[in-house]
Amino acid sequence: MEDLNVFGHIKLAPPDPILGTAEAFKKDTHADKVNLGVGAYRTDEAKPYIFKAVKEAEKRILADPTLNKEYLPMRGLDSFNSLARELLLGKGCAAIAENRVATIQCISGTGSLRVGAEFLKVNVNPPAVYVSSPTWGNHLTIFKKAGCIVREYPYWKPETRGIDIEGMLNTLSSAPIGAVILLHVCAHNPTGVDPTPQQWDQIQNVITQKRLIPYFDSAYQGFASGDLERDAYVVRKFVNEGSQCLVSQSFAKNMGLYGERIGALHIICRNKVTAEHVLSQAEIVVRQMYSNPPLHGALIASVILADPALTQSWKVELKAISERIIQMRVRLLEELIKLKVPGDWTHITSQIGMFSYTGLTSQQCENMINKWHCYMLKNGRISMSGINTKNVAYVARAIKHSVDHSPKL
Amino acid sequence: MLFRSLRRAVSFWKDVPQGPPDPILGISEAFKRDTDPKKVNLGVGAYRDDNSKPWILPSVKKAEDAIYNGKGDHEYLPIEGFDAFNTSAVKLAYADCPAVADKRIAACQSLSGTGALRLGMAFLKRFYPKSNTVLVPNPTWGNHKTIAKDSGLDWKEYTYYNPANYGLNFNGLVGDLEKAPDGSIVLLHACAHNPTGVDLTHAEWDQLYDLFAKKNHVPFFDMAYQGFASGNTDHDAYAPRKFVKGGKSILLCQSFAKNFGLYGERIGCFSIVCDDAAEKDRVMSQVKILARPMYSNPPIYGAKVVSTVLNTPDFNKQWLADVKTMADRIINMRAALVDGLKTCGSTRDWSHITKQIGMFAFTGLKADQCQRLAKEFHIYMTMDGRISLAGLNSKNVNYVAEAIFKVSN
Repeated sequence: MEDLNVFGHIKLAPPDPILGTAEAFKKDTHADKVNLGVGAYRTDEAKPYIFKAVKEAEKRILADPTLNKEYLPMRGLDSFNSLARELLLGKGCAAIAENRVATIQCISGTGSLRVGAEFLKVNVNPPAVYVSSPTWGNHLTIFKKAGCIVREYPYWKPETRGIDIEGMLNTLSSAPIGAVILLHVCAHNPTGVDPTPQQWDQIQNVITQKRLIPYFDSAYQGFASGDLERDAYVVRKFVNEGSQCLVSQSFAKNMGLYGERIGALHIICRNKVTAEHVLSQAEIVVRQMYSNPPLHGALIASVILADPALTQSWKVELKAISERIIQMRVRLLEELIKLKVPGDWTHITSQIGMFSYTGLTSQQCENMINKWHCYMLKNGRISMSGINTKNVAYVARAIKHSVDHSPKL
Repeated sequence: MLFRSLRRAVSFWKDVPQGPPDPILGISEAFKRDTDPKKVNLGVGAYRDDNSKPWILPSVKKAEDAIYNGKGDHEYLPIEGFDAFNTSAVKLAYADCPAVADKRIAACQSLSGTGALRLGMAFLKRFYPKSNTVLVPNPTWGNHKTIAKDSGLDWKEYTYYNPANYGLNFNGLVGDLEKAPDGSIVLLHACAHNPTGVDLTHAEWDQLYDLFAKKNHVPFFDMAYQGFASGNTDHDAYAPRKFVKGGKSILLCQSFAKNFGLYGERIGCFSIVCDDAAEKDRVMSQVKILARPMYSNPPIYGAKVVSTVLNTPDFNKQWLADVKTMADRIINMRAALVDGLKTCGSTRDWSHITKQIGMFAFTGLKADQCQRLAKEFHIYMTMDGRISLAGLNSKNVNYVAEAIFKVSN
């Protein structure tokens, strides 16, 4: 019997812009190709970096006869949750001591955002969720998929290549009560531009006055400045000063555990009972998506964070990779100055974290890709980790050519 | 600025109610809290050895050692997961179906069975406009209904279990699927039906195939026990293969939680059999769009383990033996329980316990009897009378038999 073509009407979906860049890079056979796309750390040899602390943790896990592969509870590995919470909020955090932080292990940052978004939609139903303009593309998709109304607040100011703080504060001031405001804790993705401490104070002020709900995305703690405490400054300040908020935490970059999908969602509540209720509702979201989170990455992170010596050696490695990124910023700027590329490029060194919003137009970006095989996003974002001592001069030449041959508006 | 004084008078989350405990995973937690030395956990479906300990399969251990000593890293997988894993998962499920060689099976690594079901239902919601309802057997795994609801689908039950003889009501099943509108989405348990353990015979599957061909229903298979049910992976995959060889497009959700003992690593595969390779590419592109805002890309470790086992001949051979070991112990426990009941003097017909297949048996006990078993005998099971055979061992089977005899007399 002839079968009707059940799925014949389905069209080919556009490739994911970020992950699509990585695929295009892979297919390219050009000798000088440079991957300035996906945000995964690369060494000076353009290779992934496996933390020695991670390898040691895996060794211990394999050798431990008390461990097994049983289902984790929906909330994940308890030891991981406590240690992740402490790492983020600090050992002396009152909110932790008062048991009012609901923590649920999630599928890295993305998974945590999705659970957070679904939790908010179902249980709080905020009038809107505000994300920075620009922000990581998947932020919008995640919140929309959860059924939230998504709006943007001004953030990046192309003229100054800095923050449009006035625009941002204005928009937040007129946001409805109970609106959720998504904030990047450090190393803003894609711009690399973070608010100054004074600007954070202003933002915090408006959020508190207008009774908005802060939702922090923490994907680069320790990776941005090399200092875990320093990078967590903003979220600790908010929480220690009484904020009820959400935090999505990822260990993809700072432990190099990208593919293991290890992260957490923390919801800071007013009191212990509320935290318990909140956790139970977040668990329901998880149950319907994937039942319970994956074990391996949680064990690795937990083993590292539970052992002071291993934590210390992890911190040393983290500082080193963060240093390499900072060094590459310095080198790239040097090369651009050497080549006398028109314009002010100091934002390359004033920005922070894995990414730089170069300010290149989409035409110039296309030139980078098509002529120079430098794979980057069309919004001008480059991943600094794709730059190393061998290709930094080449990348600078590519930028020069792109700027000279397709002038900016 | 001090914000302590501005701590909100009212919590954002004050109206969040306590979520109901998950019925299945909730049993585990009750069992954990019980301090009675005689306690028995016949709740969650995770395999236990004869000492009631979780069992790490020897083939899995071998693969883990090989992975640790190998050159792998923790980089992000593509959205669709680990390619070598997807290929071996498809081969295991579909074997010699021509669709495999035709390269028209869209396969996406998923967060175990639950994750595959969520992808599948979300896919059908978006791309199968003909129906917004998934037909599920009565009874079925509770999470099937919750996942459907959360994916935006309605669910409706079709006749399956016959309480009169603790077996299959095949005529009732056929009748219901005949009456259902053409092109209905029908969820089918490929083997080892959860919770009843009641399966169709191969001959019954053949009959059902004809019905599906006539009614043009969409077969949506949940296969969580391939190899685990009978001890033979080909025998257990008879149904999906029959449908595919007959030319039907099926959706298949595979879990490797039980048959590889990789519960906590969350490894599964969602696949759709398409008309041709081009359609497969289009379908794949849309599945990826569903996965990205859920978790970006799946966890790598479990995929590496399964792939290493299935693709290394020695490990694969060991695995087939391991899965048979588990299946055989379960089958032995079924017989031992029935013997135990006879020895107690029960005159009831308990043959359904040995006729049923897989991890679970539908004992026929009522909710109040199950509650008595928990309260008086510290034997934990779900309130529908389902027991997990894996919780039985040579030391406790007689105690359980006596307890069941006492509450059912």
